[in-house]
Amino acid sequence: MASKNNLFSRIAKRLRGWEGFLLILLIIIFLINSSIAPNYLTVKNQINLFVLYIERIIVALTMTFLIINGEIDLSVPSIMGMSACAMAFYFDRGMPMGFAILIGIGLGIAAGIFNGFWIAVVGINSLIVTLAMQISYRGIARVFLEDKSIGKFPEWFNFIGQKNILGPLPLSVILFFLLLVIAIIILQYSGFGRRVFVIGNNKEAAVYSGVKVKEVKYVLYIASGILSAFAGILLASRLGAVRGDLASGYDLDIITMALLGGVSIFGGSGSLYGVFLSILIILNLRNGMSLSSLSGHFQTGVIGLLLILSVLGPNMTNRLMEWRNRRKFAQESQEACE
Amino acid sequence: MKKIFERFSPEQIREGFLISVIIIVVLIFSSLIPDYFNARFVNRLSTSIAIIGVLAVAQTQVFLTRNFDLSLGSIVGVTAYLLGQQLWWHPEIPPLVAVMLAIGIGMVMGAINGLIIAYGRVPSLITTIGTLAIYRSFLVEYSNAVPITTNNLPDWIVNLNQLSLFTINGFEFRVLFGVMLLVGIIFHLLLKYHRFGRRLYAIGSNPDAARMAGFNDRRIVFLAFLISGGLGGLAGFMYLTRFGNIMVLAGIGLEFSAIAAAVVGGVSNSGGSGTIIGALLGSLLIDLLENSLFRTVAVSEFWRDAILGMLILLAVAIDHVVIGRLRLIWARVGFKMETEESQAQVEGADHGK
Repeated sequence: MASKNNLFSRIAKRLRGWEGFLLILLIIIFLINSSIAPNYLTVKNQINLFVLYIERIIVALTMTFLIINGEIDLSVPSIMGMSACAMAFYFDRGMPMGFAILIGIGLGIAAGIFNGFWIAVVGINSLIVTLAMQISYRGIARVFLEDKSIGKFPEWFNFIGQKNILGPLPLSVILFFLLLVIAIIILQYSGFGRRVFVIGNNKEAAVYSGVKVKEVKYVLYIASGILSAFAGILLASRLGAVRGDLASGYDLDIITMALLGGVSIFGGSGSLYGVFLSILIILNLRNGMSLSSLSGHFQTGVIGLLLILSVLGPNMTNRLMEWRNRRKFAQESQEACE
Repeated sequence: MKKIFERFSPEQIREGFLISVIIIVVLIFSSLIPDYFNARFVNRLSTSIAIIGVLAVAQTQVFLTRNFDLSLGSIVGVTAYLLGQQLWWHPEIPPLVAVMLAIGIGMVMGAINGLIIAYGRVPSLITTIGTLAIYRSFLVEYSNAVPITTNNLPDWIVNLNQLSLFTINGFEFRVLFGVMLLVGIIFHLLLKYHRFGRRLYAIGSNPDAARMAGFNDRRIVFLAFLISGGLGGLAGFMYLTRFGNIMVLAGIGLEFSAIAAAVVGGVSNSGGSGTIIGALLGSLLIDLLENSLFRTVAVSEFWRDAILGMLILLAVAIDHVVIGRLRLIWARVGFKMETEESQAQVEGADHGK
């Protein structure tokens, strides 16, 4: 009984904060979408949404880790493109599909190691490194495919993520939820996760208390590389063809998912529950906008606005609270004087 | 060798290094491509450098305050389109007003960035990734996929691209290049001698100290983004004159070139150091590489982006590892000279007694 109370109080505590706000936002979006399309809120539709945006939401998981750690990885969309292009290139040259996929994943790992080296070992600002690599990896993707488009993958590859294997659930969605659970366990209930938070909160303090900062950062960038490569290959399988500009511009959605979920851009705080809620919000928001036949570019603009607001909003409320507290304090001290 | 380090500042050494790299690049390409350094190539290069150079100046003064402006590409696109449309509808607009209009449009977008970053305390990266998308989607929605074409524009703006102040041996000194040089000189003087410029450096090298010293850091960062937007607008005007045909994707990716130019030119995002001369040399190097790769047969032009990114990383790595040490030597020499001077003064005072 006690543990149940504990659980309830914990959920209630979360709902009073940012996550509660996200839940209200989500419900509002559900209501609006349902009024546009009568049978909107079906399980099938929701699963379909996950399938449509599976690449971005998978990478959003590692992005959450990185931002909580006080770093960022802007190169993820380019790693997605590079891995998919390499895979398509080698497949086109007659390599069996399985090997081609392995090469793609291998490139993702290499990219993660490369990023991690400059950021964790040499100690250069992650923003600049991953920005430069966003350009470079995209360039390598272009070198592989030039301006061609490669398709005609084997039948099994095109259905890799979309065939329903467990009731209505396709493989990619099951995989995502599996990754989500693993990520929640690692981030919120393991020693490694605590270290990620500690480093994000205060890197100097973490170094002096014996946390292996370099290793944690290295592991995170390699994980980001692997998952990005995997997501790029899933995207290739969903689209059925690969072009050099595959996944470009996805960084906006991915970073928005993390930040709207309450992850602090300054590092050190955030939770995957919030990120999951914000993923739901963005998926349903995009779907709602598609239902009202708003163009893809307009949707991107709205996501951009959401990104800014997700940092601006908390900043402003914090400042308002501070201002109110200060005024209250001034009033009280004045009353005390009188 | 140590003498050299002691005589010149790290920035000067870096600029010398850049100039030699540029010369080496030119030598390599002229041995690869027959008739590489002809007048046509140089003329074309000078107009394309003009745009990137102006953007590099914009990026530099934002960079100095430890911020980014990733929305520059979209600002260029939106300005070029809006200005083109105005000139299409009202061909009687005089040139000077058109330039002012472009700068004004850019400044509005820069002001939005600046407000959110300086007064809303949202990190510049997040803000400008967001506004990059917002401005672009505004352009796509607003334009309704109607492009601006050369035929619709008044003649003067189409011809401005080819207009040159004087010509030596077929090498033209084009107006656009002149505008870039003018912008470069103005901002070089501004950063070196004016209060505003010095404050940009102060905020970049130690934000807390600058705040404690009583600088209004928010207003300075806001102004930096406002000016960056204005220069982006000017670059949009140049973009319109250079290409004439403006689609909704105009100017995409220019922000990367601007960042690359600034970083390669030694402008640091984490230390409040860097010069306009360096940034302009950086844009020269990058543009030279881009335009030359385009002409080589041996290397595919698709290598361009891969090389660009690596160049940025290389420049930052050099900055991180080498320049920091040079700066230490430089500081130590300066300290030694100062102590010698003060000692001489003390001795002089002793003699006087």
